[in-house]
Amino acid sequence: MAETPLQDTQPQAGSPETPSVVEVLVDAAKTNIQKVQEYSKLSFRSLANLATSPRYMQDTLAQMDDIGVGSLPIVLLSGFFIGAVMVLQTGAQFERFGQSSLTGDVVAIALVRELGPSITGLLVAGRCASGIASELGSMLVTEQVDAMRAMGTDPSRKLVSPRVLATLITLPLLTTISVFVGLVGGMVASVFSLRLDATAFWERAIAVLQFSDVMQGLSKSVVFGFILATVGCYQGLNVRGGTQGVGRATTQAVVVSSVLIIVADTFLTKIALFFADKVF
Amino acid sequence: MMESPSRFALTPEKSREAVIQFSDVRIGFAEGEILRGVSFSAQPKETLVLLGETGSGKTLTLKIAAGLLRPDSGTVDVLGERVSQMSERELLALRRKAGFVFQEGALFDSLTVGENVAYRLHEDHVNEEEIEPRVREVLEFVELGHTQKLLPSELSGGMRRRVSIARAVVNRPPIVFYDSPTAGLDPITSQTIITLILRLRDVYGVTALLATQRLQDGFALANFHFDSATRRVRRDTKPEKPSAAVTRFLVLRDGRIYFEGSPEELLAANDPYLQRFLI
Ligand SMILES: Nc1ncnc2c1ncn2[C@@H]1O[C@H](COP(=O)(O)OP(=O)(O)OP(=O)(O)O)[C@@H](O)[C@H]1O
Ligand SMILES: [Mg+2]
Repeated sequence: MAETPLQDTQPQAGSPETPSVVEVLVDAAKTNIQKVQEYSKLSFRSLANLATSPRYMQDTLAQMDDIGVGSLPIVLLSGFFIGAVMVLQTGAQFERFGQSSLTGDVVAIALVRELGPSITGLLVAGRCASGIASELGSMLVTEQVDAMRAMGTDPSRKLVSPRVLATLITLPLLTTISVFVGLVGGMVASVFSLRLDATAFWERAIAVLQFSDVMQGLSKSVVFGFILATVGCYQGLNVRGGTQGVGRATTQAVVVSSVLIIVADTFLTKIALFFADKVF
Repeated sequence: MMESPSRFALTPEKSREAVIQFSDVRIGFAEGEILRGVSFSAQPKETLVLLGETGSGKTLTLKIAAGLLRPDSGTVDVLGERVSQMSERELLALRRKAGFVFQEGALFDSLTVGENVAYRLHEDHVNEEEIEPRVREVLEFVELGHTQKLLPSELSGGMRRRVSIARAVVNRPPIVFYDSPTAGLDPITSQTIITLILRLRDVYGVTALLATQRLQDGFALANFHFDSATRRVRRDTKPEKPSAAVTRFLVLRDGRIYFEGSPEELLAANDPYLQRFLI
């Protein structure tokens, strides 16, 4: 490359400012620990705020409409097809042993315990964690959050708590709907592809479910809802660097909340299976 | 000039009743220290005009005064409370007594103009029946009564600035911080906004801290007053100043108060740096 006056940013080898590897690692660890700390603080505050007024119920209702009702179409559509595809995949295996009536059991358990909560959680994370992050991020960079503070409003009460509460309430509902529609989808698929009797499928699917399965599914969806709302809010309220930062925060919100949901799912499954034996 | 005590130099007795008091406030970022020991105080009903080049820290000073930012060191007292040490929760209560006009307006862009202005009244749990007339009144005051149903994005920059002023003063706060209210506006609109600030000062008697890059703004505030009887803005006649309001200038330079004094003192100052501002 030709030498031009613009090339003055070349890293100078061996310059005294070059930080050592250890320093870089320590710095990175420090910033990450700080982020986790800030995130925990925000999550805790979002719930603690609900104990005292002001509570902004109007905003919570608006968010429930946006997050709950707004997510309904994608949850319905994906729920139906996931139920159907589960039947197609497992039915073929059961058919080999002439046990195709067992399909209903498997699909019901899989949907209620696992696929319902996690798929709904991931879908709503994709839709709402990103929405929350970009909305709060844009408000932050245009100083609207500061304007709120300047007028005596606590942004964690006005912006964070309503979103967290709305998600905590709506995600279990969405999950329930998704599971139901999934079972309908499974029933349709089993009637058409496995030639099973619709009532038989439905009866088996319901009969196999235990209280602990339902509890497992619902408690997962509550945790997933909390994760996606708090991660969305945290990313939005910690935007650095203008519009580009908002874009980054939006992506980050989806990535981080999705990964956390999947990781949390593993641990919750383990815990739920433990309690299923002991308690229920 | 710098050394000679200004006409309004603070006696200790006076500073006790100051509405806003900065003592040796410092704040810095990664790039270095921006405010390096800023001290000043504002008396009740006084308008302090904070002059400075771009990047001199005017916005920072205002945000520190409103408790939106915490200084690295030094103390800030507003209405007798130590803002620089209060928790965010206590600050929220104090901020209800102050209006803040942001440099970029910072209007809630998904709310209508009327909702923006009403926001603070809702927060203060003002009666619903009372909100509507008060919003209309303050919007009439800034001559934007017809825009109540519009969104901020449907307004011009100057109109947005006026809505922002309306929003800041709707609950009649005793203190208003104006951050560069005329920046980037044409001279006529700037004049409209300065007139508005004048009226607020002379009708409601607010104490104001006004950041600006334009010296004219300060002189307009110093030399004119709003006559409530005739409802007109008039030039002050020399012998007796009709407005009790006092306008003082503060010039920020290199993170310190470079000059503090009355408009006359600023005009008389024989300082090359200040001369550059006068052009
Ligand atoms: N959050 C921040 N992080 C890092 N630096 C900042 C931050 N806020 C302000 N600064 C720096 O502080 C300096 C003063 O900023 P400030 O906004 O107070 O300037 P100003 O006097 O209001 O300028 P203008 O007249 O252009 O509005 C600038 O150099 C800016 O880079
Ligand atoms: Mg500024």
